[in-house]
Amino acid sequence: MPVFDLSTTPLRDLNSALHGLPAGANDTVFEVINPRGHHAVAVGIDAPVTVEIKGSVGYYCAGMNDGGNVTVHGSAGPGVAENMMSGSVVIEGDASQYAGATGRGGLLVIKGNAASRCGISMKGIDIVVHGNIGHMSAFMGQSGHLVVLGDAGDALGDSLYEAKLFVRGSVKSLGADCIEKELRPEHIEKLSELLELAGISDVRPEEFKRYGSARKLYNFNIDNADAY
Amino acid sequence: MCGIVGLFLKDKALEPQLGALLSSMLITMTDRGPDSAGIAIYGNDNGKTAKITLQSAKPAKDFAGLEAELQSALGAPVAIEVKSTHAVVTLAKDKLDEGRAALATLRPDARVMSSGDAIEIYKEIGLPKDVVSRFAVSGMSGTHGIGHTRMATESAVTTLGAHPFSTGSDQCLVHNGSLSNHNNLRRELKRQGMTFETENDSEVAAAYLTAEMAKGKDLGAALTSAVDDLDGFFTFVVGTKSGFGVLRDPIACKPAVMAETDQYVAFGSEYRALVNLPGIETARIWEPEPATVYFWDHEKAA
Repeated sequence: MPVFDLSTTPLRDLNSALHGLPAGANDTVFEVINPRGHHAVAVGIDAPVTVEIKGSVGYYCAGMNDGGNVTVHGSAGPGVAENMMSGSVVIEGDASQYAGATGRGGLLVIKGNAASRCGISMKGIDIVVHGNIGHMSAFMGQSGHLVVLGDAGDALGDSLYEAKLFVRGSVKSLGADCIEKELRPEHIEKLSELLELAGISDVRPEEFKRYGSARKLYNFNIDNADAY
Repeated sequence: MCGIVGLFLKDKALEPQLGALLSSMLITMTDRGPDSAGIAIYGNDNGKTAKITLQSAKPAKDFAGLEAELQSALGAPVAIEVKSTHAVVTLAKDKLDEGRAALATLRPDARVMSSGDAIEIYKEIGLPKDVVSRFAVSGMSGTHGIGHTRMATESAVTTLGAHPFSTGSDQCLVHNGSLSNHNNLRRELKRQGMTFETENDSEVAAAYLTAEMAKGKDLGAALTSAVDDLDGFFTFVVGTKSGFGVLRDPIACKPAVMAETDQYVAFGSEYRALVNLPGIETARIWEPEPATVYFWDHEKAA
């Protein structure tokens, strides 16, 4: 198992090794020690590798991940798993702002809290947060699921498209065009699946409320012409 | 983009290391702000003397003979320690105002960076590592300190445009962000009698807090009113003689991380700035909430 000590090894060596794995390689478990808040740790993975990061990371960890399984045994700075395509990213601690931003696929699990703008402009990613999320989360979310076991901050789902939001705790306020919607059987089924994937067994899907788009902002309304 | 670091010590045993810890934190933040750097250090108030930190573009000329001239102008003992482009003037507390007035006459081209019982401010253009070494910050001790690495956006790269800004006795502020209503506020504050050295938006924030505290508010209350009165993006870290405060605007897009142990409270724009602090592995680490005032005070804790 390759071990990269970022206190002695340049970050580029780690990322190059992750990018340079030949097809069919079977030594695909990487360990990263002493990340010490480094930026861009394990970005651009495009193979089914496993990366265990022992400590806290800075900006953009596991960005653009396509098929890798990355675990941060610590907290993550802004933009963790930004634009993830597939695979999974697990944060054992907290995540800073815009976690999972613009993500197109894969699963992001945050075991602590996420700060503001979690899942902003999400486009297919599934995000499960064990704790709370900050303001403006899922802003302009287009598809995918955001599951929050705790509370959500101000302006949840502002200008939302078709991302589906599930919050178990309180929502401080809903953003423009975001409304509470009925939790139907297909949603309960999806929630059960996501909770299981995120390793959560003591929470029932029925405990959540669903929020989605009122679809009032999709098209220009001629009655609003005076406002422009 | 700018970098901010701050350290408020609870454990007196760490006080001799304050300058060294802050220097290391500041240098880590170089890539957030390589054009200038500054640091405010609060030493222990000895109860007798006050300090004025002066800065001059021509230190050889301005600081030569100043000690004797100021001494005779005040008719009282004065000590001056020159550190590169800065000089720290130590004088009796009751001579502080008179001393500032005399300095303005004796050396009209030298600028006052700070004055008060405990504060010293050093700031210059250049890389943070060069700035901390020219002022020998690593050797300084103190109770709390704040540092800033600047990437200028709203005004010129000059020594006076660097942070921290001090607009009141023993007060200072550093800022990451940009204010949008600073011109209006500056006009209003000038009307209230505040004076400004620069066209910098952050100086307006510092002066705003000074004016609010002059009305009798403590640092926490002044920061609370700042949320309503300041428009724009900001993460502020502010210092007073015994206090240390943090405030982020409601949008909170400028990064901030805090750490607290039994020994200290620390602030960094990024976690990277905190990794060399003692006991960081077991510290409580969190991201300060938007529009929420955080402040610590040595006097109130005592």
